[in-house]
Amino acid sequence: MDWFSISSGALYTAFILYLIATFFFGATIKDKKTTHKGKSGTIGIALTIAGLIAQLVYFITRWIASGHAPVSNMFEFVTSFGMGLVLAFLILYFIYRITVLGLFALPIAMILIAYASMFPTEIAPLVPSLKSHWLYIHVTTVSLGNAILAVSFVSGLIFLIRQIDQTVKNKKNIWLELIIYSLFLFIGFIVISSVFNATNYEAVYGYQYNDKSYQSTYHMPPIAGPHNGEILTPGAMKPLFEAPSWMHGKDAGQKLNTIIWSIMAGTLIYGIVRLVLRKRVGAAIQPYLNKTNPDMLDEVTYRAVTIGFPVFTLGGLIFAAIWAQIAWDRFWGWDPKEVWALITWFFYAAFLHLRLSRGWHGEKSAWLAVGGFAIIMFNIIVVNLVLAGLHSYA
Amino acid sequence: MKHIKCECGHVNPEGTVLCEACGKPIEGNQHIDGNDRKKLLNMRYEGSARRSQTYNKSIIDKIWSFFSSVKVGVWLIVIALVASAIGTIYPQKMYIPADAISRDPSIFYEETYGLTGKIFYQLGFHVLYSSWWYMLLIALIGVSLVICSLDRFVPLYKALKRQKAKRHPSFLERQRLFSQTDHVTDGEKEQVIQALKKQKYKVRHEEGHILAEKGRFSRWGPYVNHIGLIIILLAALLRTSSFMYIDEYVWVREGEQTVIDGTDSQFYIENKEFILETYDENDERFAEAIKKQGAIPSNFQTNVIIYKAKEQEVPGQELELEVYDEAEIYMNHPYKFEGYTLYQAGYQLNEFTTMTFAVTDINNNEQIDQFMIDLTNPQETYELNDGFRVMISEYYPEYYMSDNGPDSRTDNTKNPAFVFAVSTPDSEGAEVSFVGDYMNTPTNFDATGENDYRVELIDAEMHNVSGLTVRRDYTLPLFGLGAAIFMIGVMQGMYWQHRRIWVNVKGDGVLLAGHTNKNWFGLKKDIEKVISDTSINQVIDQQELD
Repeated sequence: MDWFSISSGALYTAFILYLIATFFFGATIKDKKTTHKGKSGTIGIALTIAGLIAQLVYFITRWIASGHAPVSNMFEFVTSFGMGLVLAFLILYFIYRITVLGLFALPIAMILIAYASMFPTEIAPLVPSLKSHWLYIHVTTVSLGNAILAVSFVSGLIFLIRQIDQTVKNKKNIWLELIIYSLFLFIGFIVISSVFNATNYEAVYGYQYNDKSYQSTYHMPPIAGPHNGEILTPGAMKPLFEAPSWMHGKDAGQKLNTIIWSIMAGTLIYGIVRLVLRKRVGAAIQPYLNKTNPDMLDEVTYRAVTIGFPVFTLGGLIFAAIWAQIAWDRFWGWDPKEVWALITWFFYAAFLHLRLSRGWHGEKSAWLAVGGFAIIMFNIIVVNLVLAGLHSYA
Repeated sequence: MKHIKCECGHVNPEGTVLCEACGKPIEGNQHIDGNDRKKLLNMRYEGSARRSQTYNKSIIDKIWSFFSSVKVGVWLIVIALVASAIGTIYPQKMYIPADAISRDPSIFYEETYGLTGKIFYQLGFHVLYSSWWYMLLIALIGVSLVICSLDRFVPLYKALKRQKAKRHPSFLERQRLFSQTDHVTDGEKEQVIQALKKQKYKVRHEEGHILAEKGRFSRWGPYVNHIGLIIILLAALLRTSSFMYIDEYVWVREGEQTVIDGTDSQFYIENKEFILETYDENDERFAEAIKKQGAIPSNFQTNVIIYKAKEQEVPGQELELEVYDEAEIYMNHPYKFEGYTLYQAGYQLNEFTTMTFAVTDINNNEQIDQFMIDLTNPQETYELNDGFRVMISEYYPEYYMSDNGPDSRTDNTKNPAFVFAVSTPDSEGAEVSFVGDYMNTPTNFDATGENDYRVELIDAEMHNVSGLTVRRDYTLPLFGLGAAIFMIGVMQGMYWQHRRIWVNVKGDGVLLAGHTNKNWFGLKKDIEKVISDTSINQVIDQQELD
């Protein structure tokens, strides 16, 4: 066994442990005793800790295998974000002892890890600009900061599912359902990527961009082809339509194609779930959250932000600036990633100031926590894949 | 100034909402913090008298009130947030890619993104972060930071300093955590004091009334972190001066010696060698990635010699240089000297340094002569043997065929091409031939087809060019200081809480109340421990979620 296989195995083990732990957290919902931890809660936490240790093994062995901290591309970064989320959940669990947090935090961590695994997972060497100790100092701190802030999303989401009136269709529960639906889109992406990976689908299309020729390798059948593209793989299917010309950048058509497939798969899965449940997913979960204490959830939302905000500032702005000064000769350069880190920071600064005012506790805070998480995910996914800048290491 | 005397005897400044000493709500001022509409008291600034809430007559009062509002501050943050996001829709001007249709913003945005790109450019969003209105926005946030902090810090500091252990019952009843117990023994009170001390509370004991307090310093966290932010904004302001901040870029060829811009001609640099290394494709660890992505660079490095100009004793004296230092500059490893920093920032590979041509008689294949063109300094004419002469009538350092005929992309000698005019001793006119484009389609073109002599490339020397950024930034320590103070302040405010527990005597029993600026859960647990094994009632959480 080499280090690389050990590391892959350990990540897989971690994933399975989180999955089992989720079921145990699920069982705590039915516990009669809500104030004190029942048996299933304890087992759930033990499994979570075991999973985190397994993921640490993944992290360390992959570090040994590659010779650099495994936080240098999309797969590695999002995986470490998932790991951070588990750690952050444990921190807040040991402060507040709320097991229901785990029931939502672990699936989200699993979605993140699975999502990450859809990107190239082989070990790539570091390009010169990344060769620095600041790589792991900066990235792990940002990951952890983002992850702690993400716990506020978890508790905010639970708060909303518990509190939003589901008796009649209204604006609020439609918005809440949209949030849940967007989680299904991630699942859709994971499922559809896995399906086509398993079938080994591959087709190459050539296209022109800025008077130069490029090639895109499609791993999913082309619904959307590259703009002005041509088929290079003999016998490959003709795209149903071409990506519009205003979509720019390398592989724009391929990315659009992936998004279309993910939306189709996610919508299909969501549709099946809705058919089975015969009500909004939020409405179906709501009765199980009766015993959770909304004040406590609100407290966790706020506390996660107060803990995560300084960590994020340190990693995402200060360490980032120090490294940028060393590597790129300027500590701040308005690169899209930097701007979105600033936006995240502005957002949570606004959140913290709003908490000082009356009327922003409870539901409004919960909505804000969801919005903050959307910004974080935007910075991790959209900025890397769409708004290409200096940070596009995906 | 009108002072307000409370029934406890304490004299409060005008505008006070809750008596600084006993906390009794002061009649007529309750609307200020919205206490008149709620059961619970608004405890944010201890009900202290804030300038912004007290004076609203002069224009200065109004400006002060405007900027001291948290609401205004939050709006400014939100506007800055939205503006920042807009700037990332399309690349900023400095990030227009090198391979773009055009690097001229007036062309690039419209050509690449169509109408929305044109609008983006015309609104000036391509330089959004240096626009006057964005800077004004940040400056307004700075003003808001200063005024908000001053408006609150001073009265809050005074109020916390003047607080007494004995509080007015109406103050205690209207705290979020409150309980009343009718009979409590002295022994139990003593037990409570011990328990509070055990939990590291600072206990004040006045006439039987108890005030236990911890973490008051966390209340100063916001003001400390705001000071940090203000220092950062001041540093950014200072950075606009060229004394504090120099930003230059030097291109230097291998073997070339040139002045380092921005150093007042005090320092010169020689590029010994530019090195570009790639990862070994046979390295097992990375083989798969390299197969997928192609060669992956592992190092960009320039080895340099730095020279210092000797002081000139007589003006106009010839420049004398002495070796100052030698250095290896690579990514993440800049070179620092005398306040300046040099960064490996760019490179050009394989530019031509010299090209040697031979002139041959086509008829008998005999070589007449050779000449060498130094591309850094090409001559107009080259005199050859036997009265032959070559003139350069056109020179394209980076040749390409544009819509309007031959042209040069840049001045970099990446793909030179020439139009030579060869004049022979025996004829009056000159033969014209086009020679070049060796990097793409080597061409030796004779427009008339009647030339007797051919100009051929027989040798060339190439070099690499390094791009180095020159920086001098005296504001960095100030930014560092601001960031450090911000971090201290934000941790002080976020990781500690100001908790207070009051146990006031009422008849035979006590009134118990608690307040914290955050983490109520923790405070409740503290109180639970404090009153365990006593008959004192656990506090009730009277929180009003709205």
